[in-house]
Amino acid sequence: MSLLDVKDLKTSYGPVNVLAGVSFTVEQGETYALVGESGSGKTTVIRAIAGLAPAQEGSVKFEGREIRGASERELRPLRKDIAMMFQDPVGSLSPRLTIRSLITEPYRIQGMKERDLDAEAKRLLEMVNLPAHFADRYPYQLSGGQARRVGVARALALEPKLILADEPTAGLDVSVQGELLNLMNDLRERLGLAMVIITHNLNVVRHVADRMGIMYLGRLVEEGTTEAIFKEPRHPYTRCLLSANPEPDPDARLERIALKGEPPSLLRRPKGCEFRERCPFAQEICIQTPQWEVANGHGLRCLAPLS
Amino acid sequence: MTDTLLEIDRLSVDYETARGDLKALRDISFDVRKGEIVGIVGESGCGKSTLISSILRLTAPNTRFRQGEVRFRGEDLLQLPERKMRDLRGADISIVFQDPMQTHNPVLSIGQQMLDIQHRSKASKADKRARAAQMLGAVGIPDPEARLDQFPHEFSGGMRQRIAIAMALMSEPDLLIADEPTTALDATLEVQIIERLQELQQEFDCAILFISHHLGVIAELCDRVVVMYAGAVVESGEVREIFHDPKHPYTRRLIDCDPGHIKERARVLPTIPGEVPDLANLPGGCIFRDRCDQAMPRCAAEVPPLEQLKDGHQAACWLNHKEAAE
Ligand SMILES: Nc1ncnc2c1ncn2[C@@H]1O[C@H](COP(=O)(O)OP(=O)(O)O)[C@@H](O)[C@H]1O
Ligand SMILES: Nc1ncnc2c1ncn2[C@@H]1O[C@H](COP(=O)(O)OP(=O)(O)O)[C@@H](O)[C@H]1O
Ligand code: SF4
Ligand code: SF4
Ligand SMILES: [Mg+2]
Ligand SMILES: [Mg+2]
Repeated sequence: MSLLDVKDLKTSYGPVNVLAGVSFTVEQGETYALVGESGSGKTTVIRAIAGLAPAQEGSVKFEGREIRGASERELRPLRKDIAMMFQDPVGSLSPRLTIRSLITEPYRIQGMKERDLDAEAKRLLEMVNLPAHFADRYPYQLSGGQARRVGVARALALEPKLILADEPTAGLDVSVQGELLNLMNDLRERLGLAMVIITHNLNVVRHVADRMGIMYLGRLVEEGTTEAIFKEPRHPYTRCLLSANPEPDPDARLERIALKGEPPSLLRRPKGCEFRERCPFAQEICIQTPQWEVANGHGLRCLAPLS
Repeated sequence: MTDTLLEIDRLSVDYETARGDLKALRDISFDVRKGEIVGIVGESGCGKSTLISSILRLTAPNTRFRQGEVRFRGEDLLQLPERKMRDLRGADISIVFQDPMQTHNPVLSIGQQMLDIQHRSKASKADKRARAAQMLGAVGIPDPEARLDQFPHEFSGGMRQRIAIAMALMSEPDLLIADEPTTALDATLEVQIIERLQELQQEFDCAILFISHHLGVIAELCDRVVVMYAGAVVESGEVREIFHDPKHPYTRRLIDCDPGHIKERARVLPTIPGEVPDLANLPGGCIFRDRCDQAMPRCAAEVPPLEQLKDGHQAACWLNHKEAAE
């Protein structure tokens, strides 16, 4: 049994069909990355898992228990096991609260009154390598990297089994980005955490994720081990994404495959392969609808995969 | 030099704060030649935005110019009457911000905004409209004629940024300043924008001052690079020199940190431990000393000057001095 098992998850906002059936699993201790252009539905997937976005169809099983559509009362104990890390953890929190209050807030929300919050704050700060006196600081007194650490500390408060992280390194300087990724890798190993990480930075994915899923228009189009996908991407969209990766070397030979145009409107999903209009490798057969096929743990939705 | 467009000459800028003067820029010198793309790279807080707002003289009220000149085509912009400065902005020097909504007016159609930019032109309204559509086409907006009547919120983030670039180029400026224009975008859009900038730069033959903390983008786009740290230039040179033969430990570490060239999965990624020093309370000696793993006694005592090492390659580090090697 997987820790997290998402099956055919569908979300619509009115006529806007944002998720058109998303399926993947995450094992205990595993890091799974979701990548794709903005608007492809990554944030909606993890918000739906956490019960923060609607999902009209499909299933989300956590440790075998169905949690899609569960009531707030039913979800409450689960809030302990699944923690969200937001894109801008501190910006999304109240500027008037001290770091101590911010990172121990999950205890209060869970009604864990017997906890010694000072001691917990100290323990959590220590876990993310921040000095204990940071407990008395306010969000505006933190640097970008420190703020993200506080976000990690808060996510760890209730000793979750799964962390859902939305663009955890977006906007960070490279020097600090490495620190955060090292911290997350380290915590994962020490605490056996599983993570779902959303990022559009493929250079980051390579170093943190065991497996990855590539999303396009609210569907996975390719999935596999990070190693396999980087070595041999088979879906044209994945190939385009991988090639859109500026390298810190002016002499790098970039074999760039340009992604044409913009993603189509979710209100008018294209017929046949939904990537067809933008696909540099499209063929006649692509007016048919590609099905999800899995071979050797590598999932693919393409009628003419690259080899 | 006749082909020099912009010369920043020993520029020092402070912010007056309750804690005393915050030394945001110290003794900054570099230049931008006609038609050249110069990248400015450095961690957040190193003064990139202060530099741009100083060039454009769009500074916060607590800004104090302490020293130096900003010469554009030989004329010191810091001495120009505000009226002339206004004429220059948007005509000879244009800017693209990180957030395109800083450029767009949400309640006016894109077409109206693009007409407004041409207020100085004597062309007919129809001609101005045609020119606006042509510019939208040039930045890759499909069906530009029809989309002129749409409002900013009707475009995707990537399109909004490309429209901001189109607007900035309308006046055919000599200098385009771009402050982290791709930072908020995902990788595919980022690549689209830099490729478009490269094409436009050739077409319009304008110089670009491109600010970014993304080394990959700098390496791909720029001819020359200026590396800033804590309000000072620590290194500058041709893009190949900077990336292949960095002469300042900060530059070297910055490049090492970029996961873009670590192709094997790394258990531990390189970082630069420590923080940028407090600019209101600067330490003596080299400003990078706290975080430098090659620091020597001399580094605590004296500020290393920015020195010419080879043609066009400068760095401010005592390691480059002969006596240090002994
Ligand atoms: N609450 C909402 N109401 C309507 N549309 C939404 C809502 N949330 C997201 N969307 C739309 O769903 C699509 C996917 O969004 P999102 O999940 O944020 O994608 P990503 O995280 O990959 O950028 C986008 O087109 C977005 O505009
Ligand atoms: N108006 C201001 N008053 C006081 N300090 C400021 C002001 N604007 C920026 N700063 C400070 O000046 C330094 C440089 O900031 P900035 O130019 O925005 O850097 P960057 O663009 O490289 O991130 C930072 O320490 C910042 O906090
Ligand atoms: S099915 Fe055809 S159009 Fe779609 S991704 Fe594959 S090759 Fe491209
Ligand atoms: S001058 Fe000294 S401290 Fe500064 S960068 Fe060079 S070696 Fe490091
Ligand atoms: Mg998102
Ligand atoms: Mg800035």
